[in-house]
Amino acid sequence: MIAEAGHFALVIATILALMAGIVPPVGLKRRDMGLIALADSFAVAQFLMVAIAFAALMHGFIVSDFSLKVVAANSHTAKPMLYKVAGTWGNHEGSLLLWVLILTLFASLVSLFGRNLPLTFRARVLSVQALLSLGFLLFILVTSNPFERLSPAPLEGNGLNPLLQDPGLAFHPPMLYLGYVGLSVAFSFAVAALIEREVTPMWARWVRPWTLAAWIFLTGGIALGSWWAYYELGWGGWWFWDPVENASFMPWLAASALLHSAIVVEKRDALKSWTILLAIVAFSFSLLGTFLVRSGVITSVHAFAVDPTRGIFILGFLALVVGASLTLFAMRAPSLAPGGLFGLVSRESALVLNNILLATFAAVVLIGTLYPLFVEAAGGAQISVGAPFFNYAALVLMSPLIVALGLGPLLAWKRGRLSRAARILLPALIVAAVVFVGTVWATAGGYVMSAFGLALGLWLIVSAKLEILQRIRFFEGPMAGLKRLVRLPRAALGMALAHMGLGVLVLAITISETWTSETLTVLSPGETAMAGGYEFTLDKVEPVAGPNYAAVRGTLSVRRDGELVTVLTPEDRTFGDPVMETTEAAIRPLVTGDLYAVIGEAIGPVAADGRWSLRLYFKPAISGLWLGTLMMMAGGLLSLTDRRARVGAAAAREKAA
Amino acid sequence: MKHLLARLMLVAAFALPAHAVDVDEVPLDDPAKEAEARDLMKEVRCLVCQNQSIEDSDADLARDLRVIIRERMAAGDDTDQVKAYLVERYGDWVLLKPPVAGRTLILWGSPVLILLLVAAGLLLRRRAAPPPPLSAEEEAKLKALLEAAEADEKEPRG
Amino acid sequence: MRGPWVFLPLAAFVALVALMGAMLLGDRNPAEVDSALVGRAAPTLTLYALEPGGEPLVPADLRRGVPVIVNFFASWCVPCRAEHESLMALAGEHKVQIIGIAYKDKPAAARAFLEELGNPYDKVVLDESGRAGIEWGVSGVPETFVIDGDGMVRYRHWGPVVGDALETRLLPAVEAAR
Repeated sequence: MIAEAGHFALVIATILALMAGIVPPVGLKRRDMGLIALADSFAVAQFLMVAIAFAALMHGFIVSDFSLKVVAANSHTAKPMLYKVAGTWGNHEGSLLLWVLILTLFASLVSLFGRNLPLTFRARVLSVQALLSLGFLLFILVTSNPFERLSPAPLEGNGLNPLLQDPGLAFHPPMLYLGYVGLSVAFSFAVAALIEREVTPMWARWVRPWTLAAWIFLTGGIALGSWWAYYELGWGGWWFWDPVENASFMPWLAASALLHSAIVVEKRDALKSWTILLAIVAFSFSLLGTFLVRSGVITSVHAFAVDPTRGIFILGFLALVVGASLTLFAMRAPSLAPGGLFGLVSRESALVLNNILLATFAAVVLIGTLYPLFVEAAGGAQISVGAPFFNYAALVLMSPLIVALGLGPLLAWKRGRLSRAARILLPALIVAAVVFVGTVWATAGGYVMSAFGLALGLWLIVSAKLEILQRIRFFEGPMAGLKRLVRLPRAALGMALAHMGLGVLVLAITISETWTSETLTVLSPGETAMAGGYEFTLDKVEPVAGPNYAAVRGTLSVRRDGELVTVLTPEDRTFGDPVMETTEAAIRPLVTGDLYAVIGEAIGPVAADGRWSLRLYFKPAISGLWLGTLMMMAGGLLSLTDRRARVGAAAAREKAA
Repeated sequence: MKHLLARLMLVAAFALPAHAVDVDEVPLDDPAKEAEARDLMKEVRCLVCQNQSIEDSDADLARDLRVIIRERMAAGDDTDQVKAYLVERYGDWVLLKPPVAGRTLILWGSPVLILLLVAAGLLLRRRAAPPPPLSAEEEAKLKALLEAAEADEKEPRG
Repeated sequence: MRGPWVFLPLAAFVALVALMGAMLLGDRNPAEVDSALVGRAAPTLTLYALEPGGEPLVPADLRRGVPVIVNFFASWCVPCRAEHESLMALAGEHKVQIIGIAYKDKPAAARAFLEELGNPYDKVVLDESGRAGIEWGVSGVPETFVIDGDGMVRYRHWGPVVGDALETRLLPAVEAAR
């Protein structure tokens, strides 16, 4: 009964979405304030209905109701409760429902927090948002109904892929979807602005917090996925340039560009059509990602079970939404008033350069991801485009970006002076140069690229610091300066923190990629192997039993210069339903890097002192990846709490009144 | 459509040997050669696990290929010869770094091509729409603005 | 910002949708990879027979003047069981010579597999290490190759020969190789 109630709620939500897409626009045409004002109620009602449906599905997973096809196919009674709950979105149908839940959530948040928006504009935004929900709700009802019943119901479910039974992955999809779908708000704002033929600095001020929120979630979602790959796949890798990873990276790049260009619109009333285009493109990349994951066009380790009908439906929806919005853009962009002029050396120019590089990188990632398909469609033999290509593109496009990121904040609006920026940034330049030369010299020229990476990362960190110190006039009086620090606009602090985070990330990537030490070895209990200056001793290997798996657990003591550093217990787990082996790497983060151990199979007969294959690593600076990402997210959050967002809100209220 | 579906289901049925973290691979004695071999492994696709290199894959076939790469390098092949050996058997598909050739020119050139296009676009726009000459009044206003901006720069901001 | 460039994003997107649509509607399996061997001479390896004392596979076996089929199989491979019936029909009704290569298999297990399901092969040889598989560019089992009378690879069938694949794919390939 509960499932049927959920299904019914979905149908109601669909009808509401349809009405919300039609009624307020009709009201706008007839200037009927009553109809326009309905947009808010529709938005909240849609969210409630989808929330009921989602709760109904989650209930099915929690009580293991195997008469539901989705539950039977993806759950199991022996599964820990966390994964029963997370199982709700660990499959195609449920994850789509989560997508719509977040879409309607954002719409009701716009309705709730957007009280300062002019009513007509809010109504337009909400009706665009409703049409997006309508498409997804129809997709669910027509091709992917999560409430489909099985008769007779099986006694036991098929279980969830053990690789997915993991706390990191339980929260990865919701986080990522908050980011993907959060971009729909920027999209709806852009479409509404095109319809109204007006893009104002106020528009940018409204759209920025939503974009920032989506960007924070997207950053977190991508990082969680990366973290999961790092400890779960057992090879210490954290980014593979897999099509599905790229699908999440492209909207991130577009959203990052949008964040920066929106500032130019807000401050200088320039770059308007470009910013609108970015808002459309960022969400289009989200939709494209959804299509790639669910259509089976591209194979990927992360892809959901493929079904061509679904692929055609999403492609049709994608074509409709993106095609219509880009057509609208092509028609209306020329009529947007051009904005303020600026000199070649100016904050605006630096932000334009930032946008060009980010957008180019997004385009190149798209080309690289789809290039094998182009070649295939042209009739050529298949080719692969993998990490080496994307790393090359990142190097070509991101190095100048990082140089610009250090410089940009020190240039004035309209017309800046390079000499002044150079004077302030001289210490950063010296640090970068010394580290570059020092590294090249110390490695006898063996690691030029690594030296370059170190120099870039340090340049960005030091120049972001210098920018803040210069702002608070630290060198004129440290104490007075620190007092000014607390009064600094949070957006400025947030920017510096996020830029420093990127610098930390660049450093961590460079160091971990260059100086990881790895040892493949076979050990009997009592034997020792070395990796990265640490002694790993295999103490014992024993069988252990988990809630729904059996495992072999190795115990390794790790010593440095004879002193015990830590004890690692990697496991090789064998799950029952479905039968699958996973490696649980044992990881111990130290200040300088991670100790990482993986146990494999027994070599030869397993006697009392059997021999076991082991992979032992010392991976320096890995924590920097997570630290850098957290700094970027924290920077975003800080910026989100800037009073400008609230002041902007007040100003908008006055304007509307 | 049905046919396609049937074939897609076959994919799932296509069998692979059990995974294993075997370590019967011995690094090459010459560290320089071993480093070369490892770099090559990063560029060779694990054919049975999508989008991973054989350098970071547990699959049986990935291990076999690692063994072969080391064998051939020990026998004196250079990386290009080993690559040619693999391509002869598995096609260009096996290389994660597609060779620079006619059909990959657009791919490899894409970062630079796009940047050039953007630069050309910006230049054309500047040419096409030269800013109208300023009136005397505007000239004066601009001068005042610039002076104010400069003063702004000298003035400490907080 | 005006001029024809505003249509650029739309044009790029239309091209993208066209490509996706073609890929989606076309009869393709994204996991299947073309064989690099088709149109080239089959690898000439000597492999030992599965049966003790049996005849090994020698280069001349692939140059018999008539088409032969080379089938990689394994006792641990479930899809191989599914296609076995097709292979029996191929050898029986259609009188095509098949050479079986037991890929990464234990001799006893492979023999038991053939005893249980019947032996469609003219000659069965063993590739315990999987080395022959690599020579043939095999990435998993089953894979089936059609070799013409001069030892050239004419067709490769990826995955099990089930459903109408025998009639619509393999047999026409054998005919074409004659």
